Amino acid sequence: MSQHVLSLLVEDKPGLLTRVAGLFARRGYNIHSLAVGTTEVEGLSRITLVVDVEGAPLEQVTKQLNKLINVLKIVELEPGQSVQREHMLVKVRIDATTRSQILEAVNLFRARVVDVSPEALVIEVTGDTQKIEALLRVLEPFGIKEIAQSGLLAMGRGSKSISERIFKNQ
Amino acid sequence: MVDPTATKDAPILTGSGAILKSLEILGIKDVFGLPGGAIMPFYDELMTQSSIRHILVRHEQGAGHAAEGYALAAGTVGVCIATSGPGATNLVTAIADAHMDSIPMIAITGQVFSTLMGTDAFQEVDIVGITMPITKHSFLVTRAEQVPEVMAAAYQIATEGRPGPVLIDVTKDAQQGSAPFVWPGRVDLPGFKPVQKAHGKQVQAAAQMISEAERPVFYVGGGSIRAKAQKELRTFVEAVGAPVITTLTARGVFPDSHDQNLGMPGMHGTVPAVLSLQESDLLIVLGARFDDRVTGKVSEFAPGAKVIHIDIDPAEIGKIRAADIPIVGDVRDVLIDLIPEWKAVAKTAKSLKPWWERLNKLRADFPLGFIDLDDGLLAPQGIIQTIGQMSGPEAIYAAGVGQHQMWSAQYIEYERPGAWLNSGGAGTMGFAVPAAMGAKVAQPERIVWAIDGDGCFQMTNQELATCVINDIPIKVAIINNSSLGMVRQWQTLFYDGRHSFTDLQPLDGPEFIPDFVKLAEAYGCLGIRVRTEDEVKPAIELALKTNDRPVVIDFIVSREAMVWPMVPQGVGNSNVQYAREHAPSWDEE
Repeated sequence: MSQHVLSLLVEDKPGLLTRVAGLFARRGYNIHSLAVGTTEVEGLSRITLVVDVEGAPLEQVTKQLNKLINVLKIVELEPGQSVQREHMLVKVRIDATTRSQILEAVNLFRARVVDVSPEALVIEVTGDTQKIEALLRVLEPFGIKEIAQSGLLAMGRGSKSISERIFKNQ
Repeated sequence: MVDPTATKDAPILTGSGAILKSLEILGIKDVFGLPGGAIMPFYDELMTQSSIRHILVRHEQGAGHAAEGYALAAGTVGVCIATSGPGATNLVTAIADAHMDSIPMIAITGQVFSTLMGTDAFQEVDIVGITMPITKHSFLVTRAEQVPEVMAAAYQIATEGRPGPVLIDVTKDAQQGSAPFVWPGRVDLPGFKPVQKAHGKQVQAAAQMISEAERPVFYVGGGSIRAKAQKELRTFVEAVGAPVITTLTARGVFPDSHDQNLGMPGMHGTVPAVLSLQESDLLIVLGARFDDRVTGKVSEFAPGAKVIHIDIDPAEIGKIRAADIPIVGDVRDVLIDLIPEWKAVAKTAKSLKPWWERLNKLRADFPLGFIDLDDGLLAPQGIIQTIGQMSGPEAIYAAGVGQHQMWSAQYIEYERPGAWLNSGGAGTMGFAVPAAMGAKVAQPERIVWAIDGDGCFQMTNQELATCVINDIPIKVAIINNSSLGMVRQWQTLFYDGRHSFTDLQPLDGPEFIPDFVKLAEAYGCLGIRVRTEDEVKPAIELALKTNDRPVVIDFIVSREAMVWPMVPQGVGNSNVQYAREHAPSWDEE
C-alpha cells in the first residue's frame, strides 16, 4: 500500500461528504486522513484526502469520485510539486523538572505553547507529516495526554490554482 | 441559470404544481406511483390535470420496475412516485436495479415536513441517504422554488452520459409552498460533463488494430442499446466481417438472425460465443463492462486478446480488464467516427476466413439445444421457444430472474433493441410482471409477454390488478417448475443434490399453492393451465388473441430441466460445459 494525496474541488451541497466517504467505504478503499474547508470560490469546498491505495486502484478511485455530480475536479498532489501541512494540538504532562526540556523542544520545532496549566501544556504545531511525527517522538517520554490532529492540507506549488480550469469558459 | 428578471411575470405554482409542470415540459406522458401522507399535496394536484397519465400500482416496487420497463421499451426515461418512509424504501430494489443496468429513471418521493426532518417523524426515512450508493444522483427539495431547476437537472443526469436513476425527495412543505415557476431549460452542472465524442487518434488506432487482428470479436453490451447504436453497429460489423456476441443486456441490438451473431456469452452463453472470446486475439468492446457473469475467472478470460474498450463511462475502462486502446465516448458517436477510419485501412485487413472456419465448426458441433426429460413433464425451453416463434420479433419479452430468464435469453430470437427486458446486473426476482406492464404502457400496440418463474411471479403478481383496472393487457407465461429453479440447479450440481428450501410446493400435498389459474381469474385475467405438449400452441394462440384483459398461462414444467451450456462459477470460461453429460465432476470454486 502506498499513500496518495488527492485534492477534490466540490460543490458545497448537503450530503456531499457522505457521498465521498460512502464511495470509499463501499469500494473498499481506506481514507487515511481527511480535511474539508471552504475555498476562494463561494459555494465550493475543498476536500484533501490521503488514501492508502495501490496505483491501479487509485485510478479507479479517481474515476469513481469523478462520477459524483458534485465533484468538480480531482488532482493528485505529488509531494515534490506541492506544499503539504498538518496541524496538531498535543497535551503534554509537565512538572518542574521537565518544563524547560519541553519548551526547548517546542522552540526547536517552531511549535507554540497555547495553553499552560500546572500539570500540562497544550502545544500547537504545523508541519509536514515527518515533522509532526518527529515532535511526537520527542514529547512521548514526557507523557502525552491527548492529541487532536487535522487532516493533511495540500496545495500545488506555483501560480496555477485548482479552480482555474473549471471556470475558464464561463 | 435562472434570470432573476424572469420571475417577475412567471406564474406562481405550488411545489406540487411545479413538479407536474416540469414533467410536462420534459415530455413525460406516463408515471407509476402510489400515494401516501407525505406526497398527498402532489397527488391532490395530479388529480386535476390531464397531460400526465398516472397509473396506480399495488406496491411501490411495481412502480419502480414499471418505470424501468417503460424506459427500456421506449428508450426514454421512466418515472415512479412514492410517499415517504416505507413507500420510498419499497422503491429501493427497483432503483438499485436501474442503477446496475444503467436505466434512465426518475424516482420522486414525498418526505416529511422539512421542520420535522431528523426527529424520527412518522414515516420519516432518510431515503436520500439510503439510495446514495444506488443512484446516479439524488436531490432533497425543501423549498418550492427549487423544484424547476432540480427537475431539469435530474432529467439531464438520468438521461445523459451513462444513464441511471435519479431520486428527488420532496418535503411536504416544499410541495405545499409556492413560488414563481421559471423553467431553466438546460441546467449548468459543472461536475457533470459526459464525454460524447472520442479522441480522433484513438479511433484511428482502433481501426488499425482491428485490421491487424486475425481473430477479432465484437463484444457488445447494453451500453450500445442505451446509445441507440444498432444501425451504426450493424454497418460497422458488416464492414469488418468479424463475429458478434451480445451480452444479456444487449440482446437484440444486433439481430440474432444475422450470420455474424454467435449469441450470448458468459455463464449460460452459447459455446461458440464463449469460446470465440477465449480464442480471440482482439476484443472490440462496445458499451460492456466485463461483468463476472460474462468473464468467469478474469485471469483466464480471453487470455490471448488485446482489448479496444469503448464506453461512455471512463470508470468502466480498465476496471476489470486493462484496455490496449481505451475510448471514452458514446458508442454510437464512436462508431460514426470508426466507420470512415475503417474504410481507410480495410484493404490491409487480415483475412478472417480461418477464424470463421473455426467458429462455424463450433456452431455446427455445439448448437443451442435441449432434450425432453423423462418425467413426462414439459420441457420449459420448448415452451419459451414457441412463445417467441408465435409472437415474433416485434413483441416485447420481459423476464424475471433465474432459469426461465436464461432460457428466454437463449431461445427467443431478438431482432431489435427494446424487445428484451430483464434484470441483468441486479438479478431482481419479480421484475417481469411490472416491467411488462410498464412496457405495455409505453408501447401499447405491441404484444408484451412477461415470461416469469413461479418463484418470481409470487413476488410481484399483484400488479395484475393494476393491469386489469388500467387496461394494460399483458401476457404472462409462468414457467412453473414449483421450485426456485436456478438455485435448485446449483444445489443439484454443486451441493450434492441437497435441495435446501427450493421447493415451492409440498411434494405430497395439494398440487398448487396457490393455484395460478384461479389467482389469474381472481384478478380478472384469463387464466390457462398447460400440462401437455399439444396444449402449448393453442394456449399461446388464445393468449395472443385475447387483448381485452391480461392473460396468465400456467405452464407446468419439469423441475429437473437445467440451463445449459454452463460455466461453473469461479473457473475459466474455457471450461464451458455443453450439457451435463459433458461435465466432469465439479467442485465449486
